[in-house]
Amino acid sequence: MSEDRPIPNPNDPAALPEADLTETGTAHLPTLERSVMGSVGVALMGAGLRSARPFQKLVLGGVGAGLTAMAATGRNPIAAALKIRQTGHGEVLVRDAVTVGKPADVLYGVWRNLTGLPRLMTHLQSVEVLDDTQSRWTVQAPTGTVSWDAQITADEPGHRLAWASLPGAAIENHGEVVFRTAPGDRGTEVVVRLAYRPPGGTLGAVTARLFGEEPAQQLRDDLMRFKREQELGFAPTTEGQSSGRATHGGQA
Amino acid sequence: MKAIVWQGTNSVGVETVPDPTLLLPTDAIVRVTSTAICGSDLHLLDGVIPSMEKGDILGHEFMGEVVEVGRDVRKLKVGDRVVVPFNIACGACDPCRRGLFSACDNSNPNHRMAEALYGGVSGGGLFGYSHMYGGYAGGQAQYVRVPFADVGPYRIESDLRDEQVLFLTDIFPTGYQAAENCGILPGRDVVAVFGAGPVGQFAARSAQMLGAANVIVIDRVPERLAMAAAAGCQVINYEQEDVLIALREATGGRGPDHVIDAVGMEAHGHGPGALVDTAKQRLKLSFDRITALRWALLSCAKGGTVSLPGVYGGLIDKVPMGAAFAKGLTFKMGQTHTHRHIGPLLSRIEAGEIDPSFVITHRASLDQAPDLYRTFRDKHDGCVKVVLNPWA
Ligand SMILES: [Zn+2]
Ligand SMILES: [Zn+2]
Repeated sequence: MSEDRPIPNPNDPAALPEADLTETGTAHLPTLERSVMGSVGVALMGAGLRSARPFQKLVLGGVGAGLTAMAATGRNPIAAALKIRQTGHGEVLVRDAVTVGKPADVLYGVWRNLTGLPRLMTHLQSVEVLDDTQSRWTVQAPTGTVSWDAQITADEPGHRLAWASLPGAAIENHGEVVFRTAPGDRGTEVVVRLAYRPPGGTLGAVTARLFGEEPAQQLRDDLMRFKREQELGFAPTTEGQSSGRATHGGQA
Repeated sequence: MKAIVWQGTNSVGVETVPDPTLLLPTDAIVRVTSTAICGSDLHLLDGVIPSMEKGDILGHEFMGEVVEVGRDVRKLKVGDRVVVPFNIACGACDPCRRGLFSACDNSNPNHRMAEALYGGVSGGGLFGYSHMYGGYAGGQAQYVRVPFADVGPYRIESDLRDEQVLFLTDIFPTGYQAAENCGILPGRDVVAVFGAGPVGQFAARSAQMLGAANVIVIDRVPERLAMAAAAGCQVINYEQEDVLIALREATGGRGPDHVIDAVGMEAHGHGPGALVDTAKQRLKLSFDRITALRWALLSCAKGGTVSLPGVYGGLIDKVPMGAAFAKGLTFKMGQTHTHRHIGPLLSRIEAGEIDPSFVITHRASLDQAPDLYRTFRDKHDGCVKVVLNPWA
């Protein structure tokens, strides 16, 4: 790791600021989202009231009232029920940790080699290193691939790596990986916190979740895959084993 | 090959399935020479363990001969005669390195299923015991794939018969660990064992080997009680006596110093509590029926240990926690760390301290296994333990 890499200085206003990754609870709706929701809710209620068909009246009125209530209280109860957490800036926050039986500098080295990350994170398609701190990330999304540029905002070899997407990213995101030596001889605690602004705000996050996109689960799976890769060198599997399903033409 | 396959609740059958193959370089294939039906297989039969899939091969107590090893297997060789622990452990993670093999971090490919149920942690994989525990094909079959072949299988070099060493794969270490967890003071402590099934039998004999002053075994099946009495245990038939009073009388009013619940989640028992448990389990409102656990907490002496080898699956209520608190009880529980007990227990068998084959009441072929699952479940025909020969 070279000492002279241009790491942004937190005291330099031109550099990317270190973003806040503290949790403020579930699903506080950002102001813009609240006002949009409020107007849509009121409109729907109006349409419901005017509708001649009783079923439509009920559904439109109900959905409208729900949206209006969310806008008024500033809370999204669906997001809360789905345990979608947020930062103070209304971004979705995902955090998890795993203990891996290897020294911190080794694990840091694996993460710092950004081009290797898609092997650890299955939803990542590629990471292209542009220079010492900038890189281009491509993920597989339901609508196709999405790319953005990111910058390393903090790099403490053996301890911590933080990044943020550059302005104009399709999915604004930032995060950090912290490597802490675990007490005793247990290796290293790897803590990941990442925050992103889902297209469509908290409603977008809720919709994504309902369609099976679970970033928290993805992160958990990625961390376990990382741990197993480091501790075993492979992932355990039962895929392809014999069963009574195979004899009936099904998958073994 | 032939294998016992789970076909749905209360249905197991013998099916012809593909022979197992090596899936990873650390795997081995074992030709099964003896396998057994375990009491916890009955929870699968009853359908109270979630995440079984039709077509799953059952069985987690088995032994045999190594017929194939992957290219990264170092210690195990073709031709080795081995017993295989029912739990699968990687040998490399922190729990494994501390000897907590059943708590292995890495051996369960379906960790997320167990994490969702159990507060973000998953135990290691088990052979033939639901997808939550890894979905590994089991050993009630002619061949079985054994992952982490350098970690689990234990070589048997003496000429002990299969029947004398087979139970090192589960019920003997399970009973032994339950007794060891009690921290028995030799010559002083009285141990009560609820449930005289196979694990209860081994728990009782292990408590004796560890020096218990007296071992009291509680059940309702006469053959099981007779088996415990034959080993010198005091026995109580709970259908004929009030258990709590009988235990107080047997211990001069103190209660047993340690209580082992070798029954687990499908206790029979009677009284309104047991009826409520059964109804809730049928309605899927609860996994567990806990008569044995209630009796354990209520009967245990002050400062005693409640040791739970019996399997619990979900949430329980109406637990006499006040009694447990008032008496300052210690709870010890969990799947058996089989790997660490096999060597020492094999030495005891070789030294003639115990012959585990005492527990076998039925010997059969795989074809007879579906009938014997029912016989064992219904405790008919004096059935305590069934051993299967996959090649008969
Ligand atoms: Zn078992
Ligand atoms: Zn392990």
